[in-house]
Amino acid sequence: MKQGNNARAVPWALAAAAIALTGGEAFAAEGDYGQVLGLPSRNVIWFISQLHLYFGAFVLGVPIFAALIEYVGLRTGDKKFDDLAKEFTGLLSVAYATTAALGGLLLFAFIGLYPTFFSFMAGIFKEAMLFYALLFFGETLCLYIYYYGWDWMNDSTAWPAKRTRPFSVAGVVIILAGVALQFGLLGHYPGAIAPFWAVALILTGLGFFVVKSLKGLHVWIGVWLNVFGTLIMMVANSWASYMMSPSGIDPATGKFVGDTMTAVMNPLWVPVGIHRILGNIAFGGFVAGAYAAVKFIGSRTPQDRAHYDWMGYIANFVGIAGLIPLPFAGYYLGREVYSNSAVMGNNMMGGDFSWTFIIQAMLVGSLFLVSCYYLWTGMERIPGSERYRGWVKYLNAFILLGFAIWLTPHNMPLTGAEISDMGGSQYHPTLKYLGLMPAKNAVVNLIIISTFISFMLYRRANMGEMIPISRQGKAPLFAILGAAALCLYLVGQYAVYLYGLDPKDLDLPPDRASYFRTVAYLLFTTCAMIVVSSALALKDKGIIAQYLYLAWVIFSVVMFLGTYGFVVMEKASPFLRNIAVSQFIQLISTIILMTAIDIFLFAGAKSLGPVRWGNISVRAQYALLTLCIIITFNMGLMGFIRSGLRTDWHVYGVLKDTSPWAFTPTNFTMTVMVSMAALVFLTAVAAMFWLAAIAKASHGHGAQPGHAEVSEPNVGVRHG
Amino acid sequence: MKRIPKLALTVGLIAAVYGLFVAVFTYILHLPVPASVMKMYMFFVTVVVLLVMTSNEDSARELVAPLEALVYQPRLRRLRAAVFIVAPLAGFGLTYNVTRPTLDAPLELRTVHPAPPNSVKVFGKTYNLLTLENPYRAKEKSDLEAFRQAVEEGKTVYFQNCHYCHGDKLDGKGHFSGGFNNPLPANFTDVGTIAQLQESFLFWRIATGGPGLPNEGAPWASPMPVWSNYLTEDEIWKVILFLYDYTGYAPRVMKEEKGHS
Repeated sequence: MKQGNNARAVPWALAAAAIALTGGEAFAAEGDYGQVLGLPSRNVIWFISQLHLYFGAFVLGVPIFAALIEYVGLRTGDKKFDDLAKEFTGLLSVAYATTAALGGLLLFAFIGLYPTFFSFMAGIFKEAMLFYALLFFGETLCLYIYYYGWDWMNDSTAWPAKRTRPFSVAGVVIILAGVALQFGLLGHYPGAIAPFWAVALILTGLGFFVVKSLKGLHVWIGVWLNVFGTLIMMVANSWASYMMSPSGIDPATGKFVGDTMTAVMNPLWVPVGIHRILGNIAFGGFVAGAYAAVKFIGSRTPQDRAHYDWMGYIANFVGIAGLIPLPFAGYYLGREVYSNSAVMGNNMMGGDFSWTFIIQAMLVGSLFLVSCYYLWTGMERIPGSERYRGWVKYLNAFILLGFAIWLTPHNMPLTGAEISDMGGSQYHPTLKYLGLMPAKNAVVNLIIISTFISFMLYRRANMGEMIPISRQGKAPLFAILGAAALCLYLVGQYAVYLYGLDPKDLDLPPDRASYFRTVAYLLFTTCAMIVVSSALALKDKGIIAQYLYLAWVIFSVVMFLGTYGFVVMEKASPFLRNIAVSQFIQLISTIILMTAIDIFLFAGAKSLGPVRWGNISVRAQYALLTLCIIITFNMGLMGFIRSGLRTDWHVYGVLKDTSPWAFTPTNFTMTVMVSMAALVFLTAVAAMFWLAAIAKASHGHGAQPGHAEVSEPNVGVRHG
Repeated sequence: MKRIPKLALTVGLIAAVYGLFVAVFTYILHLPVPASVMKMYMFFVTVVVLLVMTSNEDSARELVAPLEALVYQPRLRRLRAAVFIVAPLAGFGLTYNVTRPTLDAPLELRTVHPAPPNSVKVFGKTYNLLTLENPYRAKEKSDLEAFRQAVEEGKTVYFQNCHYCHGDKLDGKGHFSGGFNNPLPANFTDVGTIAQLQESFLFWRIATGGPGLPNEGAPWASPMPVWSNYLTEDEIWKVILFLYDYTGYAPRVMKEEKGHS
């Protein structure tokens, strides 16, 4: 009830907060804390850093998919993709300058308001800070060449081998460096540092093989834009994660004894990094989707409508692609937070911040729901989609069920009368189970599978008569078997690991091994299902193969492991995290195997008609706008949790926050602050998009007729 | 099914889900459904039903057609007038009901999992809770007889001091438990309590009791005594052994994971 009132009171709260910020309570500046205009310094830093992160996330997220889309354009020779990539990049340049300006503002705010803290951080990270500043030269150079050199480098005539060879050689060297790093040949690093950077190196190395023409060189610059962007983010992340999990501290004296690299490679550095990269992709996608939606609503010609409809579709696809792995990255991050400090972990999931996670569940669930809604309404523009319309209500019911369980709190907000009714307990006798981790993990997987199925239905909406896989030559054989082998490896290695897992490793009594074995047998069955499904697919029973595997995985991941999690929680609690991993691995195997089968199942299938781009309801565009708003709020909320977990420490356990603002704000204050930051960001972004449109119009680069065909067969259905 | 107008179907579906919730909880499970949770559920049920109903153009048109007619059709003049009077009044009534001051205690959003501090000062010593271990735990492997002896002594401590509130079956239903209201004495047999905790956490909770709970999440309203005033350090460790031994749970261990998981 209280929550409901809060939600309704947001506009008032915003006004009240504005008053509080300008003329409210003024604490005297004490000790080494500064204050400006009587504003509470913590809120000033909070507001500026949140805005900086919003813009930063957008600026880092967009180049990832802009470069990918440009590459798709290069490979398919379809100019539409190239134009789209350029349009995405166009949004970037204004936002880039704003991000940098906000970064400067944040820096000065730190120096002015938290001088002791800042000199402490600068003392540890001085080398990293200089390196950070230098990286901006690279980022700026790449961004400007990438954007302004777009037309100039738009020549895809193949280069002679002698010109491309150095790039290939360099690519191989970088990939080998990545492999060497993974296998410990370049030294041993704590946590997931080696695999993370190995993947980064391998991806960078692969980017070198794109250089086959001037256009390829342009894509390669896009790759470098991402390399610099990721490095910049990772350096800045190291400061934030160091504040949560400082490394290189002598436990006896509490003093920092390491060097900069020890501090950079702190335990939460990589988990935060992975979570942010995925979050940036989702955020960039949904913000770009909002841009497309606004442009669509304002479009006057069918060509423009078609173009922006397609852009919105791609943006939503990108957003979902980032969103699907996010809960797992979040789980990993949360687990690392817990491993690093049980106090922090407890405050996060069971203590002061647990309610913010319920709000988060509502927001993330809404993201999945609204994204799927966008797909379903979008199916109307695809002839033949009526065949799948009936699925919508069932998928919706699944998502709703998952959503309801996900947002059910463990301890409920209750009135006095309700507490008495429930015998004086804060826990509801039945609903409390839905508040525990096994239930949450099961339904997150259910929501993701439902979203994936929505995508599959969308993809096949206009597919008619199919060409049997057996008549498609060797390609499906290699691809499907390759995908199956990868899935077998993923699931199988974990099954073997669980089978042989010694209960002692988890500090459990020896008789608990049977719990591990049960899950191992389940995973072995999943392996058998992988073999059966891929064999069926190759025997032209692809649809049956897909349904069979999906049904098995839903049973295994959601129903079996969801229930079994409770048994494990009671008998072998530490094993619960392995259950989560086995759920995740099976889900990933589903996505890999289903996609591989799907590609060949519908390869060359007869189209029932082209996608009628532009023929989509305005409701779908409002769905895109809603997605952008929800993810903006969600990011602010999660930022509050991550930062707030330090409670009254600047650097957790090392540097105490003795300012008057070192308390955990109420959820109400959080709502007000996040809402203000979100509103300012969304307004600023709208203004920027408008500026970008003016710039484009004055250069005569508007979405020209013919940019996007009104009816382009299968465009977007075949998304990369 | 197809003959039911979309608007009626929408309202009917939402009402049916609501009815189902109430029926299952009231008549089958005989349990209350907290209003706060019910509101969240019903909000999303309404949203999802509306999304399904508007997921294609025909259905969306059919859904809003009666509403459009209500606003534009001349022949519905009387109904329109009635709705335009009743709807704002209903809104007013709802708002009034939600916001009017009542004598009910305010809604409580309690933090039920206190986060332990890094260290705790009891018995004149400082204990690091991150590394603190039960000194008797190792005996479970090295000297089973001594371990069983310690468990037995812990049992005595429990029945002399704890069972009045926490119950002779460790289920939180001791003689005095009826006198408590939120929080109830902890039910150790519940999988959500000691099975999820480290022994150092139990040590901290028992030694410092209700007054030792952290500032965050206050007020705790826990009447648990500060047991370090009445028990020795040794007795506390033994009673912890007994709690795990009786319930069959293993204490949680917080350390670097081994292998991959």
